[in-house]
Amino acid sequence: MDATAAAYIGAGLACMGMGGAGAGLGVLFGQFLHGALRNPSAAAGQRATLLLGFALTEALGIFSLLIALLLLFVLK
Amino acid sequence: MVHADPISQFDIVGISGPLFRVGGAPVAFTNSALLMAIIVGLIVAFMLVATRGSMVPGRLQSAAELFYEFTAQTVRESAGNEGMRFFPFVFTVFIFVLCSNVLGIIPGSFTVTGQIVITAALAGFIILMVVFYGFYKHGLGWLRLFVPPDVPGWLLPMLVFVEVVSFWTRPISLSVRLFANMLGGHMAMSIFAYFVAALLFGGVWAVISPFPLLLVVALVALELLVAVLQAYVFAILTALYLNDALHPHH
Repeated sequence: MDATAAAYIGAGLACMGMGGAGAGLGVLFGQFLHGALRNPSAAAGQRATLLLGFALTEALGIFSLLIALLLLFVLK
Repeated sequence: MVHADPISQFDIVGISGPLFRVGGAPVAFTNSALLMAIIVGLIVAFMLVATRGSMVPGRLQSAAELFYEFTAQTVRESAGNEGMRFFPFVFTVFIFVLCSNVLGIIPGSFTVTGQIVITAALAGFIILMVVFYGFYKHGLGWLRLFVPPDVPGWLLPMLVFVEVVSFWTRPISLSVRLFANMLGGHMAMSIFAYFVAALLFGGVWAVISPFPLLLVVALVALELLVAVLQAYVFAILTALYLNDALHPHH
């Protein structure tokens, strides 16, 4: 197979990883809202934990985006 | 026709010519070194001006105290009061990463933390410090960190193996997380900026060129959030890893 074509296919495949990050973010914020609506007074104190979880989860999506971008623009 | 070239913003170019050579590789004063010098200069100047110390803090002093209190609280929560001896180190790392992330957003500047060599050096230094301080403080007893308590004997070798591997992948995940966030975010911004130019010169398509521009503005806002958050994550994970050196008991 042509190497450029393989790189483009690989970039597309790498983007599938973002689905995992999306599911993770959904669970993260959904569960936070779930807990926050049950006990709104405790929610404000957990915002730092929420953002930490957001950054850790979002980083995984960025990893797959990075692989896609590297395949598209660097390794061609 | 414009071409998308999102990676060239991370090119390291020498500002001076090669000053001398180490093993055949030229050593020059680069744009990366320049940005780092600017960052350190800014931080030192800010701290010197802000901490001249008056009983009634001014605006600058309040800002410096805010950073100090925030980092101190983070370190105390994750590594305990003993961890406060590492506070100067964590504070330095936090401020340096924060400044390089935020300065990198300015168009035309250079993102120091978008270079894997910088983040890997930081993470490698942190993990070596954890290992050396752990052995210095607890001697060989520090190795208990890798032995989970209350585990049946037949399972123990496997769990120790997993713990050791997970310990040594920490610097990789720590450095790649920061590097990939910066690289990915900035490349995405540059690609959307390329859409604006491509549409603008694309005849009738110029009508919809403001939309990617709006998206770029939104992306800059997201990047600002990511820049601050990743600096915070880097600092809090540093404090958590140092906690392992101080308290190896699970």
